[in-house]
Amino acid sequence: MNIHEYQGKELFRSFGVATPRGFPAFSVDEAVEAAKKLGGKVWVVKAQIHAGGRGKGGGVKLARSLDEVRDLASRILGMTLVTHQTGPQGRVVRRLLVEEGADIRKELYVALVVDRGIQRVVLMASSEGGMDIEEVAAKTPEKIHKCAVDPFAGLNDEDAEEVARKIGVPAALIPQARELFKGLYKCFDEKDCSLVEVNPLIVTGDSRVIALDAKVNFDDNALFRHPEIVALRDLDEEDPAEVEASKFDLNYIQLDGDIGCLVNGAGLAMATMDTIKLFGGKPANFLDVGGGATAEKVTEAFKIMLRNPNLSAILVNIFGGIMKCDVIATGVVAAAKQVGLKVPLVVRLEGTNVDLGKKILADSGLPIISATDMGDAAQKVVAAARKQQAVAA
Amino acid sequence: MSILIDRHTKVITQGITGKTGQFHTRMCREYANGRNCFVAGVNPKKAGEDFEGIPIYGTVKEAKERTGANVSVIYVPPPFAAAAIDEAVDADLDLVICITEGIPVRDMVRTRARMKGKKAILLGPNCPGTITPDEIKIGIMPGHIHRKGAIGIVSRSGTLTYEAVGQVTALGLGQSSAVGIGGDPVNGLKHIEVLKMFNDDPNTEAVIMIGEIGGTDEENAARWVQANMKKPVVGFIAGVTAPPGKRMGHAGAIISGGKGTAQEKLSVMEECGIKVTRNPAEMGKLVKSVL
Repeated sequence: MNIHEYQGKELFRSFGVATPRGFPAFSVDEAVEAAKKLGGKVWVVKAQIHAGGRGKGGGVKLARSLDEVRDLASRILGMTLVTHQTGPQGRVVRRLLVEEGADIRKELYVALVVDRGIQRVVLMASSEGGMDIEEVAAKTPEKIHKCAVDPFAGLNDEDAEEVARKIGVPAALIPQARELFKGLYKCFDEKDCSLVEVNPLIVTGDSRVIALDAKVNFDDNALFRHPEIVALRDLDEEDPAEVEASKFDLNYIQLDGDIGCLVNGAGLAMATMDTIKLFGGKPANFLDVGGGATAEKVTEAFKIMLRNPNLSAILVNIFGGIMKCDVIATGVVAAAKQVGLKVPLVVRLEGTNVDLGKKILADSGLPIISATDMGDAAQKVVAAARKQQAVAA
Repeated sequence: MSILIDRHTKVITQGITGKTGQFHTRMCREYANGRNCFVAGVNPKKAGEDFEGIPIYGTVKEAKERTGANVSVIYVPPPFAAAAIDEAVDADLDLVICITEGIPVRDMVRTRARMKGKKAILLGPNCPGTITPDEIKIGIMPGHIHRKGAIGIVSRSGTLTYEAVGQVTALGLGQSSAVGIGGDPVNGLKHIEVLKMFNDDPNTEAVIMIGEIGGTDEENAARWVQANMKKPVVGFIAGVTAPPGKRMGHAGAIISGGKGTAQEKLSVMEECGIKVTRNPAEMGKLVKSVL
């Protein structure tokens, strides 16, 4: 789960991590109010969307008067911001963060992630703040400094100070940086984060080390113990179909192709998409109905998939283990009848109760194309999708 | 021969009284020598009772002492699953198989740190378990698709393991053991360790290695294969079409920072002499071609 920058900064402050002062604003008037409350002469108006690259996309602007705050807020609120992370369709800006301007002397980078190889949380920092960190890692890996954290001891003073020194924090400010890193780690650990990234971390003209940005992601598996984090979820930032799917405990991800896929198991679901592509088609979605799906869940999965206007065919690929083929077949038939299926449907069933499943499909009277294996299924669904498109055209 | 488990393995089931634990304990018991293998269950609240004749103990330690079991399988719900692994590790079992899906990464980081220097090996979490056909099945895979044979199978994905097993069986071959290592980012056995076991197993003649996007485990395994493996390995990687930054079901299946793409993994595997297919329907045929 992701949150907005302003929410991330509020979280940071609760762990003693210094950030610029600022307030969220949901309207132009609120933005002006925020600037008044902050005082000073320079403000930053920042678009709040769950994607990076907001500055380059025109979503972060400096204001030198309250009139300018008003003007910028009215331009940014409601705009469709396109960045390298939003895709070409962009995201509509519905929230702003109005902050006091910062006197930036140095831009650094710091992040916390889980390193899968060593199975520890790693503090990762660089002197090259404000840049694309993946580019820094690729071109100048020596400028990235890492330190693994013992999960029982937490981030210790020596390690935190060493990292601060290596990335060029001035000597007098090392204790500040150390406490900031420790606060970030504490936040990461206590809130079950999967990513905490501050880019840039800045040194100001008045000798403060502060987090100028905040990107925080959470481990979905741990949300059950963080209702306070779940409360920060912004459904406007998520794909409506994915939100609907999550209500039924389905793993659904919308893609830009035209062949819907309904599969049990994440690996098999990915492999099914890959096979469709291998035979010249384009998958419309990733959909894993999981191991213990009921007929009702399968019906819901079908409905979600069928909302996609680009859909020209559907492939159901099930290798029944715990999941019984007859359950899937019952769900498929019920869904097809309920929604009035208008696109060709290819079904490949294998595993537990496969014969019963095939019989249910055959007896349904629905025009279902059955397939013997994954390769056969993919070829059939690609052919069916082409035919469907030709008819539509 | 086989790896990890055989007909003589004695198993403790943690979470035997839950719905999932009950269902799969029954299925495992019905498979091959299962009736002799599944000797104990654990539930502190139901100690002294039994599950369909399998005695339930209050702790893993007690279950081990009373029955001589050296392996456990865990179906405990996610909030308590890491603690269940810790308990099995502290009881000095040889192998702990965690089926549970959805354990917080933070819990697994701690559990893995606690395991340093301990005897127990962890398989999973978020995995289907492992099977040695005609001997024993520990986990949630459908038993009937397996057939005893000489192909080792190791995979991060459950249903893709079944897919490979089904293909191998349909071609008239069989499996020495099939191992699902699970789809979580922080887990126990990795491809490389399972490949080492298959390399040392006299009854395994070739291995199908199935990976997916995320992390660098497949690359590490491939380099080890190039330097050490005496048997042919073929492979498939799921997720060529997966978009970056999206978690594809499994917590560990995510391309982040441009790392962990299927294409990169496939290239490294090919460089290391592993024959790969881009068509998952042909994993069986491919392994047959290298025998």
